[in-house]
Amino acid sequence: MEQKPLTIYENMKMQGYNRRDFLKFASWMAAFIGVEASGLGKIVRAMETKPRLPVVWFHFQECTCCSESFIRSSHPIVSDIVLDKISLDYTETLQAAAGHQAEAALHATMEKYKGEYLMLVEGSVPTEEDGIYCCIGGRTSLDILKEAAAGAKAIVAWGSCASNGCIQAANPNPTGATPIHKLISGTPIINVPGCPPIAEVMAGTIVHLLAFDRIPQLDGLGRPKAFYSRRVHDTCYRRPNYDAGLFVESFDDENAKRGYCLYKMGCRGPVTYNACGVTRWNNGVSFPIQSGHGCIGCSEANFWDNGPFYQHLASFPGFGIETTADDIGVVLGVATAAGIAAHAVSTNIRKKKLISEEIEKNRIARIEKEEGGL
Amino acid sequence: MARIVVDPITRIEGHLRIEAEVQNGKIVNAYSSGTMVRGFELILKGRDPRDAWAFTERACGVCTTVHALASVRAVENALNITIPPNAELVRNLMFCAQYMQDHVVHFYHLHALDWVDVVSALKADPNETSRIAQSISNWPKSSPKYFADLQKRLTAFVNSGQLGIFANGYWGHPAYKLPPEVNLIGVAHYLEALEWQKEIVKVHTIFGGKNPHPNYLVGGAPCSVNIDEANAINSERLAMVGQLLKDAKEFINQVYIPDLLAVAPYYLDWAGIGGGLPNYLAYGDLPTNGYADVAKFKFPRGAILNRNLNEVFEVDGSDAEQVQEFISHSWYEYSDGNDVGKHPWIGETKLNYTGPKPPYEHLNVDEKYSWLKTPRWKGNPMEVGPLSRMLVAYASGRKDVQELVNSVLGKLGAPVSALFSTLGRTAARGLETILIADWGLEFYDQLLANIKNGDTRMFNKEKWEPDTWPSEAKGVGLSEAPRGALAHWIVIKDKLIDNYQLVVPSTWNASPRDPKGQMSAYESSLIGTPVANSEQPLEILRTIHSFDPCIACAVHLYDEKGTYVHQIQTF
Repeated sequence: MEQKPLTIYENMKMQGYNRRDFLKFASWMAAFIGVEASGLGKIVRAMETKPRLPVVWFHFQECTCCSESFIRSSHPIVSDIVLDKISLDYTETLQAAAGHQAEAALHATMEKYKGEYLMLVEGSVPTEEDGIYCCIGGRTSLDILKEAAAGAKAIVAWGSCASNGCIQAANPNPTGATPIHKLISGTPIINVPGCPPIAEVMAGTIVHLLAFDRIPQLDGLGRPKAFYSRRVHDTCYRRPNYDAGLFVESFDDENAKRGYCLYKMGCRGPVTYNACGVTRWNNGVSFPIQSGHGCIGCSEANFWDNGPFYQHLASFPGFGIETTADDIGVVLGVATAAGIAAHAVSTNIRKKKLISEEIEKNRIARIEKEEGGL
Repeated sequence: MARIVVDPITRIEGHLRIEAEVQNGKIVNAYSSGTMVRGFELILKGRDPRDAWAFTERACGVCTTVHALASVRAVENALNITIPPNAELVRNLMFCAQYMQDHVVHFYHLHALDWVDVVSALKADPNETSRIAQSISNWPKSSPKYFADLQKRLTAFVNSGQLGIFANGYWGHPAYKLPPEVNLIGVAHYLEALEWQKEIVKVHTIFGGKNPHPNYLVGGAPCSVNIDEANAINSERLAMVGQLLKDAKEFINQVYIPDLLAVAPYYLDWAGIGGGLPNYLAYGDLPTNGYADVAKFKFPRGAILNRNLNEVFEVDGSDAEQVQEFISHSWYEYSDGNDVGKHPWIGETKLNYTGPKPPYEHLNVDEKYSWLKTPRWKGNPMEVGPLSRMLVAYASGRKDVQELVNSVLGKLGAPVSALFSTLGRTAARGLETILIADWGLEFYDQLLANIKNGDTRMFNKEKWEPDTWPSEAKGVGLSEAPRGALAHWIVIKDKLIDNYQLVVPSTWNASPRDPKGQMSAYESSLIGTPVANSEQPLEILRTIHSFDPCIACAVHLYDEKGTYVHQIQTF
């Protein structure tokens, strides 16, 4: 007998939660995603009527750091996601079954929920030599990806591997490692870059899909704006040191001990869009800069090939904190051995002028682009 | 003869395939294959050696940090850099945090479902469950109500018809032996451990800024100490580290170890299964007097042959005759023949895929069948991992290890030979976690004492600038990853990486046969393993999981005939 999957509300009822608990949970989730009070009704209705979302999680060319990061989520905690919010029907990292039985679970979900399941991909896909550099169950990852993507409602490309290619795509990219969005068309793809992405950003992306039944707003690179619209530099608590020209000159020098700006140590914060400065890591404990090491730019495409990590950036576009990656285009954060004079360190006064000029320039460019498009 | 294929092996890191031949209900032959490759060593060539830790750290996100540590040691060894004592302590603390997180996650989330029948837990009596739980531990979450609520949650989950990660498990298989109540305790602690593991990694976040993949630094540690500054390691940050270590020790001693000891008596037959190779290798780790003073490591270095615990051989990573890699059954080719071994400093990596065209049913196991090379120590296949570390320490006369091992064997009424098994491997992992939890607190006290005495140094800048380097240098960085002996070899020429080789734990354990036909640890350990139902390879999973496979980093680079005809098409 085919059993009808329970809705999230029915599930909670069976677990002994009452209606009031359920509404409290819904409002907590709403608060977590930052929904106005008026949007709460939508979340409540969604949970009353939906079965747990069937989810399949693939591992291709990767190191499993994304899965590891995901299980670090503190809100919601991962056992609540996996037991109560989604139905994680295939994941090589956690599932009980192996081999044929694991494949059977995958195919059962792909058939039963065709067009409805959410597909999560960790890892890039090698395309050289017909894809023989990554095989699972005797099939190439390329083959598996295409089959699964065809029936997916949407794809989340976890981490820099799936969204940018990451380390295996670094020069000379021996296996032809390719990110998902270059291989799949016709299915919506959400890129959640980072090596790995922050746990709560991963969980937040899932919560967004579940609660609103829609793809979050994405930027031009397919990244959720909620987490990738700000540069690490613009949200860095050490930013005032940059503005004041106070820099670490060598690791563990007197300036490092005072927590000055790590720009001269190669920090990629100025060219990196991520939530590290805001959400921070592991439930807000710290982030790389707070712990004394510059940002290595792990959520940006090509970050492995943008020069040695300890050479500082010669210059970077876009001064204004209001600018996003879409406004200034894809940032090329190429490091240089040249002196710091290449980028004059500005004071707040000088900066203010630059910011307003930059915003104006970007605004005009955007209008021109839009008009050009008509 | 039936050939069983298990691919993918789940609840591991990476892509592993096992093919096994079964006769009269027992495995008579086995083949282990790594089926994914990325090409790290080629990517590293020509880069700044100071960046190598970040690249190699991405070899594995499960045992995150371990490659970064081996890498900074290799570079420091090549450039003759000694790091300050505090930086060594910070690395040790990150090491201990990694072990505790990794071993607990392995036990509950990667291994437990081989022993714990989740569906059977639905039949447990919560009162009896509570009685058992309270008889083995003081852990507070043990009331009848707690287990009743959990059982209700589990029942609702199963009744939903969406079994998620538990779908198609081997529930009800005759090899599951635990009573329903112990199964319910297992499920409860599966969930608690999942929540706990995200805490201990915050030690990495404090010192390295994030987890997974915290930051390291050649010459020391990137975090500065300043007890009078909000932007540095100060009393609040240190107090958090201390609290995390204390809480972790409590979880290990009150949950992990009691569970291990409660489950083991039901599976004592597995103390006679899965032994495999008789040779054990450990590089040792956790320096207490600097990385150069190997005698003062908490985990000693050494090799044991033929299970002879009366003799421990010296191990030297820079001796060209000791560690060598072979490729006779791996998809590579060497310039001077298929059967020679190469020390990693002169390692070659040339791709030569000769396997079947996908989709395929079986690999051609008589020829090449894996992306893993085959490392050997003086020609011997070696097992690496917690069991090797405990045996080398035991045989080296380390009192703390001997006392612990003897007391647990006594409790279980098992002889020392019981260690050479699937169960022994799983038990050794638990035992060393007890030690690590204590050592972590020792390192913490030492760090505090140093700071109190006015030593806040974290970084040695003498050789930071490439101008200070010789035109050529070679180094090796040895370490113990949770899964076993790990080493990186680097050759630096004109300030850039000229050659970089990783020989990692799962390469030792999961590799294919060598030119002499000698099996490595996985293959060897599967011989004689019973298989009750070839459609449900539960027993294979038990033994393979006892090694805690981690395959992504085990796979080497290939470099296709030296030149690349294809361009980078990705970007």
